[in-house]
Amino acid sequence: MQGMGEALSLALQMVWSGDADLLEIVLLSLRVSLSATLVALLIGLPLGALVAISRFRGRNLVLIVMNALMGLPPVVVGLVVYLHFSRSGPLGFLGLLYTPTAMIVAQTILIAPIVAALSRQVLEDLHAEYAEQFRSLGLSKVQSVQALLWDARYSLLTVGLAGFGRAVAEVGAVIIVGGNIDHLTRVMTTAIALETSKGDLSFALALGIILLVIALGVNAAVQSVRMSAARMSYV
Amino acid sequence: MSDVAATSLAPVAAERGAAPIMPLSVRDLHLRFGDSVVLDGLDLELGPAGCTVVMGPNGAGKSLLLKLMHGLIQPTSGRISWDGHPPAAVTARQALVFQKPVLLRRTVAANLDFVLKTRGRDRARLGKLLDHVGLAHKAGQPARRLSGGEAQRLALARALATEPEVLFLDEPTASLDPASVLTIERIVAQARDRGVRVVLVSHDIGQARRMADDVAFLYRGRVTEHAPAAEFFPEPRCPAARDYLNGNVVV
Repeated sequence: MQGMGEALSLALQMVWSGDADLLEIVLLSLRVSLSATLVALLIGLPLGALVAISRFRGRNLVLIVMNALMGLPPVVVGLVVYLHFSRSGPLGFLGLLYTPTAMIVAQTILIAPIVAALSRQVLEDLHAEYAEQFRSLGLSKVQSVQALLWDARYSLLTVGLAGFGRAVAEVGAVIIVGGNIDHLTRVMTTAIALETSKGDLSFALALGIILLVIALGVNAAVQSVRMSAARMSYV
Repeated sequence: MSDVAATSLAPVAAERGAAPIMPLSVRDLHLRFGDSVVLDGLDLELGPAGCTVVMGPNGAGKSLLLKLMHGLIQPTSGRISWDGHPPAAVTARQALVFQKPVLLRRTVAANLDFVLKTRGRDRARLGKLLDHVGLAHKAGQPARRLSGGEAQRLALARALATEPEVLFLDEPTASLDPASVLTIERIVAQARDRGVRVVLVSHDIGQARRMADDVAFLYRGRVTEHAPAAEFFPEPRCPAARDYLNGNVVV
């Protein structure tokens, strides 16, 4: 067990020197979580848009379910995905368990509802403003949705960030379906959990620092984009 | 803003080869929201050309009448016929300029280009349209940063970009600066002269005098007087219209 100060200085050294193991873990983390965010956007945005501009029976129920799914517990998602991908599961033949792909699937399931629910809210507000003008212009439903998505682009950027933030920070789902295998499925959060329990605090701290910097950096970047968009009244 | 540009701006139906959608016939139109009666057996006939100004006290249902004629809302009962077509079937052949323009979160030019593109119009006309409404120098600026008058001129350019046969305007110049008011009036008058049928809701009696070929006066859910401007302004027959023109409160 190292002292806090010693661990921290070792951690900073590791980050500074670009330790190869560290870099590999960080890059896999980003690959998995960015892929999951991208897929979640592809699923969640059209779904959110569809619910935003449609009126149908049972819509309120759909909204309740969408909002409730935002709070899916990662370990439960991990467990369900595990059951599907395990050798005896319905998708076991794919041989995806303990691969980055399985981790992407789990994180996508985790954050697609977040993207859908948040984008639904954003697009519904914008639709309330645009709907009459769009009908007057004789736009088709597809044209309306395309215009809504484009005009909400800066708000939707924040939605994507919320999804990415949730994905990159969660540990429960990826540790179950990925297995935290060195050089294969070890990502920042699972490595931090493992190294902490092993007592290698400096490696855990180094990863923790990087994770924090990524989270803060991405947030700051999105915030500054939104602020310049606001200056042009685009938000 | 040259006349050359103006003449080539908006080909009307006849030039496009489609059968025109005038005249308009509105018969026994009722519109109710719960207990409140907005339109109560309204009749109106509009001829093929010119500018009709719809006047009347607040709450007479002028804006809702425009939306009904444009097919944006449905009446409780009654019939609106654009030469046999129901409003919803001809919405895309008309354009409505709202009192408060709703502009996209894009540049001025992109707002116009969006309409030209989605409506399959000639996108090369973009520059001409901007020039026509005096916004060429603002092309690259965010549309939602425009002043009230500029925003409304852009809304008007957008309406003209659709090459409408009928142009509705719902108090388009309310609370705008005088220069923008005159610019908008001139552009609307040019459109009318090219054969676009104009229906303008206005509270501004001076504007009504400048623009109207005929006036429809709305009072208590009906058109109580519909007359050529030359007859209406000197001698309105409807007592409510007389009070209204004299500046008395009409309820």
